[in-house]
Amino acid sequence: MNNNWPLYEVFIRSKNGLSHKHVGSLHASDADMALENARDVYTRRSEGVSIWVVKAADIRASDPGDASFLFEPAADKIYRHPTFYDVPDEVKHM
Amino acid sequence: MTQVSSLEEKFLQVIDAEDKIEPKDWMPEEYRKTLIRQISQHAHSEIVGMLPEGNWITRAPSLKRKLALLAKVQDEAGHGLYLYSACETLGIDRETLLEQLHTGKAKYSSIFNYPTLTWADMGAIGWLVDGAAIMNQVPLCRCSYGPYARAMVRVCKEESFHQRQGYEIMTVLAKGSAEQKAMAQDALNRWWWPSLMMFGPNDSDSTHSEMSIRWKIKRFSNDELRQRFVDMTIPQADLLGLTVPDPMLKYNEAKKGYDFGPIDWDEFWNVVKGNGPCNEERLNARVKAHENGSWVREAAAAYAQKQAQIHNISKTA
Repeated sequence: MNNNWPLYEVFIRSKNGLSHKHVGSLHASDADMALENARDVYTRRSEGVSIWVVKAADIRASDPGDASFLFEPAADKIYRHPTFYDVPDEVKHM
Repeated sequence: MTQVSSLEEKFLQVIDAEDKIEPKDWMPEEYRKTLIRQISQHAHSEIVGMLPEGNWITRAPSLKRKLALLAKVQDEAGHGLYLYSACETLGIDRETLLEQLHTGKAKYSSIFNYPTLTWADMGAIGWLVDGAAIMNQVPLCRCSYGPYARAMVRVCKEESFHQRQGYEIMTVLAKGSAEQKAMAQDALNRWWWPSLMMFGPNDSDSTHSEMSIRWKIKRFSNDELRQRFVDMTIPQADLLGLTVPDPMLKYNEAKKGYDFGPIDWDEFWNVVKGNGPCNEERLNARVKAHENGSWVREAAAAYAQKQAQIHNISKTA
């Protein structure tokens, strides 16, 4: 029997109003234990007000080798940016 | 003290301290309902708002204009998604939200029930409609509900080009031939009043405003935002050499802002109730798009199910 505990990724919300942010990972036998351990490991100095744990195996990550075809097409779409459009300097609040 | 009133007291303390409410925090039922109504209306407005502009994508006068319009409509689809997702954190699912839109139970901004008759309308919409939307949305970045506030930060950041591209279209038309300038003036004439209506009823007639301000969902009243919009926009119209269709418009030195004529609220309520020039067309287009997409959703679900089966077989083998 395989007794290796699954890996969990840990996300912490440092204060209400901010998103949960990835802080690290840990192994645990289930999600409850992951939450408890995340609390002990990652919030000892008041780093957070909320924790999410997600099984690492449930995360689908993009392949670094695909980065150019995924992200480069955005580079030449300058018309998505406000500076692409000519508005006279006298125009306020725009 | 009952449990609910002590919870409510704590909730109000959080609000007063300018802290945020997050999905798992206790909140009054009415706060939840108000947010679901407002965020879903906002999401529906983004999605329905794609239709009047979509009407001009294939007829844009140049490749540059076409790219800009495509990018803008694409942004609006994204904004709808952020907002639906924020709304779902309140415990309502996407399907219910869409059903409320498609059955007419939920509203979207009435401005999208007006037709886009000429190319100048793309300029007027970007300048005025997006301008009014930005005026409403910037304070929402500080809304007391975390997921909504965070969605609005993204929306506002992405939206900054929408208004500028609209104003640029207006600038070009206003400096163009007599016909082009007339087209720009005509678009301003048709979009001005509906844009002012976007801020909602006058404060004296607004049913939801008081609690929304208490709960810091809204930061400013409808009339305050409308006044700011007028004060900001009139000088922009002057620079274009165009005139706002309001004979009563006058600068008021005492209040350092413009006085403007009364809004035709009968027209507003008539459009809200479904009798605007395009209500039926917009809703039909939305329902048709949803129905036409059903085979795609079914195929994707069937594929996912099949992949899961293959995965299970290979695991047990």
